[in-house]
Amino acid sequence: MTVRTISYRQALAEALREALQQDSRVFLMGEDVGLYGGTYAVSKGLLEEFGPERVRDTPLSELAFVGAGVGAALGGMRPIVEVMTVNFSLLALDPIVNGAALMHHMSGGQFSVPLVIRMATGAGRQVAAQHSHSFEGWYAHVPGIRVLAPATVEDARGMLAAALADPDPVLFFEHVQLYNMEGELDDGCRVDICSAKVRRAGADVSLIAYGGSLPKALQAAEALSLDGIAAEVVDLRVLRPLDDATVMASVRKCRRAVIVDEGWRSGSLAAELMARIGEQAFFDLDAPPARVCSEEVPIPYAQHLEEAALPQPAKIVKAVKTMMGRAP
Amino acid sequence: MNDTNVPPPPTGVVPWGKPFSLTMLADMLRIRRLEEKCAELYGRMRIRGFLHLYIGEEAVATGAMHAFGAGDNIVATYREHGHALLRGIGMGAIMAEMYGKQEGCSRGRGGSMHLFDRATRFFGGQAIVGAGLPLAIGLALADKLSGRTALTACFLGEGAVAEGAFHESMNLAALWKLPVLFCCENNLYAMGTALARSESQTDLCVKAASYGMRTMAVDGMDVVAVHEAAKRAAPEVRAGGGPMFIEFRTYRFRAHSMFDAELYRSKSEVEAWKTRGPIHTYTARLKAQGSLDEDEFLAIDARAQREVDDAVVFAEAGTWEPVEGLLRDVLTREGQS
Repeated sequence: MTVRTISYRQALAEALREALQQDSRVFLMGEDVGLYGGTYAVSKGLLEEFGPERVRDTPLSELAFVGAGVGAALGGMRPIVEVMTVNFSLLALDPIVNGAALMHHMSGGQFSVPLVIRMATGAGRQVAAQHSHSFEGWYAHVPGIRVLAPATVEDARGMLAAALADPDPVLFFEHVQLYNMEGELDDGCRVDICSAKVRRAGADVSLIAYGGSLPKALQAAEALSLDGIAAEVVDLRVLRPLDDATVMASVRKCRRAVIVDEGWRSGSLAAELMARIGEQAFFDLDAPPARVCSEEVPIPYAQHLEEAALPQPAKIVKAVKTMMGRAP
Repeated sequence: MNDTNVPPPPTGVVPWGKPFSLTMLADMLRIRRLEEKCAELYGRMRIRGFLHLYIGEEAVATGAMHAFGAGDNIVATYREHGHALLRGIGMGAIMAEMYGKQEGCSRGRGGSMHLFDRATRFFGGQAIVGAGLPLAIGLALADKLSGRTALTACFLGEGAVAEGAFHESMNLAALWKLPVLFCCENNLYAMGTALARSESQTDLCVKAASYGMRTMAVDGMDVVAVHEAAKRAAPEVRAGGGPMFIEFRTYRFRAHSMFDAELYRSKSEVEAWKTRGPIHTYTARLKAQGSLDEDEFLAIDARAQREVDDAVVFAEAGTWEPVEGLLRDVLTREGQS
């Protein structure tokens, strides 16, 4: 076993290369995945290695090429479709929500759609409202799909293979703030796509986060530790189906929960988690659960406003301290 | 459309041997009798939900489906009873599906609009207008990437040409030279909206041709013309010559669905189109050339009717899925949702 330092982007690229090498049914398609090398440079070099049939540049036709991914999966392939950002995936909501998610059930279990759709999500790069939102929670509303949010280099490296082995559609959200993040990767490790993971152990409050919010939750936990508060950080990893067992075990242990979610507060994944905590762990709580979400505003361009709109470590720290009756 | 714009009924010699000629007649009658029974059963509340009848358009499915092979893929619309039947799904399984019984071809989860069959590569019954086109692109791409020689027949209504999915898919099919045969069933009305009220360019072949695609416009009321066109196109598409688009000009004799009061077209227009009815005009042609007599016709029709009666018996005897099974088939691996 070798442990090495790798970026989230490199980890994704290695996973893609491995998938293309190991299974001739796998192909990658999307806007500028080939010659350009991928909008976030994840697929750089793959065109040269695997050719234009398997690393397939598409026109700006999200509806058609995501739908074609559904069709190719029905036809026996294992497509990986890249959508440039989650905002653009709204142009392909129909093949995802009315198509991929329903096909197995609507056909009485006859057809499966083994499709992986990767997309960048989230804010923090000053690319303004039409490139910065987080709709993972919307997708997690829909039965029939699995929703993943890798937030570590280990998950960036390992989740793709597991997603490709899944017989059903998998949405794979890569937070734009994570691409340059570096971390330690143990080459021998394997990851699942069904469980949440405790990324930092603690006993006083459970911080539940995913995707781009995980590093913020970890930073907040570090800051809280200086004040003698031991925060446990749970990385959801899988947004649908939610791993209630891991979440509740942490909440019951810490008796307090703060959810960090870059989605807008109303109707958010955070709202679902609060509901579940209320349903399943109400009598174990010492305080009402709290959440740190994005402000209910389109993500603005100006840096200070964008920062103010998003969950930040300081906001998480404040939420925890308020909950614990400490001066913020 | 003015009644005077209705073309004359299809005529001419049926160029096929007698067995095939009669098979085509029999298949049109099978669809017709099945759907007449469906309408009746809807009135008796055995079938619920949406029921879109194909009556009047049978020549299209019959002529086209007989041009496709077992390795080909079929993507159909929500008006797909006839296509499913001629693809080889048992009439009993179709009827049971419309009843909502678990013996139905989609286990009662789909109903009239979502007939599926893995064994015959029948990929639904897609009820979002235009959504079948990207699926067809993907199925054809899968065949191309796997080196299989097959085509994907994609049925669409003329209403779908207003959808972005149509244009994006036309472009991808032509750009990637995919083996897709687009079978456009132009019955002149998208639910209640006439083509001329919704499209700046009403010549559908012109639209498809603008993507560099080969096109044909065919009389969809003439099963001979339909089959000959599909038979000519299919091997070319399969052989990798790129996609083709065939516009079948047809007409729906019944309402759009069982909830349609038909305020958007005149009774005289419907009656004028009925003179072009695909079954009676074809029957007359066969009789005129001595390929069919009245006794043979009655025997074929009686067989179709018996098949329908048997299908109803099968559906009536079918069973309701226990509610405990409600959450099955959400994901392929059971127990996860």
